[in-house]
Amino acid sequence: MAQQIALEVVTPAGAVVNESVDIVNAPGYGGDFGVLANHAPFLSTIKIGILSYESGKKRESLMISGGFCEVSNNKITFLVESAEFGYQIDVDRAMKAKERAEKRIAQAVAQNDAVTRVRAEAELQRALARIKAAKL
Amino acid sequence: MPSLKEVKSKINGVKKTAQITKAMNMVASAKLRGAQEKMESFRPYTAKFNEAMSNLAGGSMSGSFELMDQRPVQTVELVVITSDRGLCGSFNSNIVKLVEKKTREYEADGKAVSYVCVGKKGYQALRKTGKVRKSYLDIMGTFQMFNAREIAGEAAENFLSGGSDLVEVIFGEFRSVATQAPTSTDLLPVKPVVDESAEEQKISGEYIYEPSAEEIMEVLLPLYLNVLVYHAMLEVGASEHAARMTAMDNATNACKDIISNLTILYNKARQAAITAELMDIVGGAEALKKA
Repeated sequence: MAQQIALEVVTPAGAVVNESVDIVNAPGYGGDFGVLANHAPFLSTIKIGILSYESGKKRESLMISGGFCEVSNNKITFLVESAEFGYQIDVDRAMKAKERAEKRIAQAVAQNDAVTRVRAEAELQRALARIKAAKL
Repeated sequence: MPSLKEVKSKINGVKKTAQITKAMNMVASAKLRGAQEKMESFRPYTAKFNEAMSNLAGGSMSGSFELMDQRPVQTVELVVITSDRGLCGSFNSNIVKLVEKKTREYEADGKAVSYVCVGKKGYQALRKTGKVRKSYLDIMGTFQMFNAREIAGEAAENFLSGGSDLVEVIFGEFRSVATQAPTSTDLLPVKPVVDESAEEQKISGEYIYEPSAEEIMEVLLPLYLNVLVYHAMLEVGASEHAARMTAMDNATNACKDIISNLTILYNKARQAAITAELMDIVGGAEALKKA
């Protein structure tokens, strides 16, 4: 068995994942990155997107939003504001959220409302990430 | 002496009140457990967050951040976190008292004070002062991280645009089920976190930052505010239920005392009625004998 790295995903509502895995893929600030065992100490902010990891033959995907990730001592810790497993996601709800966000962006653009637009765009990103995570 | 019927109905009334307060006590204790669990599960997040923040601050940090900007203080903003519901003893009024005390102190120094009220009770107590800048009502029952994000984000915006030079959060700290104390902590400008346990971490070597340490800090600071506000809200959530538990327990005990007093009164009234009836009968019999 290859060497593994300890993965921990922590949200304000508690730890979501806490296990040893082979590889972790996450959406970093400068694009997606992968982390294997014994990675050098690393700190990056995290964008809204899909976090996936593999352990043996098992492969899991989570939708994560807003936070950062730290790698040190063969341990990778994600501190994010929300994390949901793909199979937990209600696709219909996410689709509705997507439509709602799209409408709101259109409105905000028409009214030239920057604050609402930024918020709605974040909402749209979250909804898209949820849909994507659910389909993986 | 009150009539038998009056006392009886009063006893029944107090008994019903005792039932209600007892039920409220049990509901509060169940909710307290939930609130404590929420606090418990938030703890690892805060611990990790502080660790990372002090790692960053202890590392090669240069440059300054707008959110850490120490300006001469002219306007103070107090974020007052209370519960939405009453019937929890002096919990909310203690918080309001601290707010009033702080306000007096700051105003004596010639500083302007404004409030942001989270929770209905604080708003109701403070709205007449005319200093409430913003309020968030009816969220304390089922608040989530995004509520905290909204509050912290708005406070930060106001700070950055110069609407306030110092922001403090005032909330009821949960010390134990028996004690909750109104407490204040500074929210803005953000003070650098110093964590003693960070020393051993450094052995693992310098971090690779992506993007730069400064830019990460820019992202982390607003998140850190969310953490502080969310933490205060959790504390208030737990304190509220603990305070209500104590208040309702006291109320139930008071009801029991009243019931036992009333029962004595009831028995006395009953005795008096029986004695009076006996006197009537005996008196009647005596009168018949004499005739």
